[in-house]
Amino acid sequence: MGMGLLIDFTRCIGCGACSSACKEQNKLPGKVEEVLTAYTWTTVQPREGLNVRSLCMHCEVPTCASVCPVAALTKTAAGPVVYDGERCMGCRYCMMACPFQIPKYQWDRPIPVIGKCILCAGRLKEGKPTACAEVCPADATTFGKKEDLIWEARTRIRSKPGAYVDHIYGLEEAGGTSVIMISNVPFDKLGMKTNLPADPPAMRTWQVLSNIPDFIAVWAVCLYGVHWITARREDVAKAENHQHGRGDRS
Amino acid sequence: MNATATLTPRRFRPGFWTAVFVLLFLAFCAVTVLRFTKGLGAVTHLSDRFPWGIWIGFDLLCGVGLAAGAFTLTAVVHLFNLKRFEPIVRPTILTGFLGYAFVIVALMFDLGQPWRIWHAIVYWNTHSVMFEVAWCVMLYTTVLAVEFSPVVFEYFGLHAPARIIHRLITPLVILGVLLSTLHQSSLGSLYLIVPSKLHPLWYSPMLPLHFYISAIGAGIGMVILESYLSGRAFHRHLEMDLLEPIARGMVVALGIYGLMRLQAIHRNHAFGSIFNFSYEGQMFLIEFTLGVILPVALMSIRRLRSDPNWLVGGAFLAVLGFVMNRLNVSITGMEAASGVRYIPSLMEIIVSVGLVATGMAVFAFAVRTFPIFPDGPVSQSKELEEGA
Repeated sequence: MGMGLLIDFTRCIGCGACSSACKEQNKLPGKVEEVLTAYTWTTVQPREGLNVRSLCMHCEVPTCASVCPVAALTKTAAGPVVYDGERCMGCRYCMMACPFQIPKYQWDRPIPVIGKCILCAGRLKEGKPTACAEVCPADATTFGKKEDLIWEARTRIRSKPGAYVDHIYGLEEAGGTSVIMISNVPFDKLGMKTNLPADPPAMRTWQVLSNIPDFIAVWAVCLYGVHWITARREDVAKAENHQHGRGDRS
Repeated sequence: MNATATLTPRRFRPGFWTAVFVLLFLAFCAVTVLRFTKGLGAVTHLSDRFPWGIWIGFDLLCGVGLAAGAFTLTAVVHLFNLKRFEPIVRPTILTGFLGYAFVIVALMFDLGQPWRIWHAIVYWNTHSVMFEVAWCVMLYTTVLAVEFSPVVFEYFGLHAPARIIHRLITPLVILGVLLSTLHQSSLGSLYLIVPSKLHPLWYSPMLPLHFYISAIGAGIGMVILESYLSGRAFHRHLEMDLLEPIARGMVVALGIYGLMRLQAIHRNHAFGSIFNFSYEGQMFLIEFTLGVILPVALMSIRRLRSDPNWLVGGAFLAVLGFVMNRLNVSITGMEAASGVRYIPSLMEIIVSVGLVATGMAVFAFAVRTFPIFPDGPVSQSKELEEGA
């Protein structure tokens, strides 16, 4: 299952330390922006009296990785969905496909790449937590093994009945994510996508794509068959014209 | 194959349209420079919320779709052995090839780093529909070029290679039909991944089939339209004896497609959103009435189908409906979920229109240089002119 983040909206104080730490860690230019951009990989926005953090959810079966024609986006065993800017040719299908609308593009550059949170994959390799989790003063972002984080989230929801909405966002959304969130306000009111299917969207295309080899074989034989029949008919018609009167050769 | 001829147009006189073309070309060059020095943001209205615009919705989806006449007609002639359609195969293959070339050039503008387009050959991800699309574009463009090459070989007097290709025509056509089937449908599959974003009037698990069948309908429509347009430009008559029966094929394809669309909307329980005066509902009504119901109804009537004016009108509606459908899938249907309204910038439109104009100019050049169109109607019109 790998590592992940638990984000507790009820604890977040909206200081924005995570956004700044992220900029520093990933050497992103400019100030922290209001919304996610290619240069701001995580934001904290006030909504419904809460501070709502957004960042890449690091899906277990990432839609972005499934749609990338050159496999520039990949899910690592440790948890992060990482991006190889050297491979990317800029088709932006990941941006189209992502159910959470996370990948962003460098629209202002002549040689652009995608920008999105990579769950500090480099730090994880060194055994360190993500920069945002390390810097959070309110313990609103917790780094850990995903199963521990799910346990922790369940414990918080159960131990204080009524203090949380009984839903862990990211447990089932789009097939489950490495980043999970809990809140005391329903998630749809926070502007988060709640109409996401529990099966990964990637499966819908795979159902089609996995049938292509069979399809090619069957369709090729059908087409050749049609040609064979029509050509044979022509030959027979010719032969009958030639041998008229001599009877059927069969 | 012998009954083809090069066409001589009306005498070339620089006039209004030449001026328009020159201006358009200059604007096109200016946008190209801006695009590659300042980035996509400087010339397009694309954004993080709306990453695909008309360069995908029109140039890619429509460019490929309208080239569908090529595989449909080569299958009809070489696989179903209906040899009487052979005279109009060459122009459709040429259109198909130009359509695909148009798509590739448009991709050079739309891709963030087009110089890396070859990455799709080296780095594989067989789970990606875009990967399938990339390979289909590459392979089918090659097949179309090979299918068209005998015309060029013969022009230069190289009969041996032309004969080899002629002998290989059956496997070539089968390969072309296979690739087209995969490619046309895969453009629909591109949108399978966005069930939560694409409006239920257009989303369906059957999208690949919708795209495939509607492309056949519109591809036939394009064959009729281009026969008409080149007829006008080159003083020719329409090959009505050929076009009337293929219009029947268009009715069948569009009819099946229309029924499938209605079924999909029914399954999505989305009929309500047609008549609630929503933006999507209105766009759907325009698309479906003009582009499916009307052409099917009109072209079902034999008298109208046999009338050149009505026939061209019906074909035009089918093509228009097809273009509207692709724009609705890629733009209208995606807007609500993205939270923004996308209207293409003038510079995006200049690139698209400039590419279409270039394609038409190349087509005109090709039919004047190579023997592409059937000979009959030309000599007919010559006789008429001589008689007058």
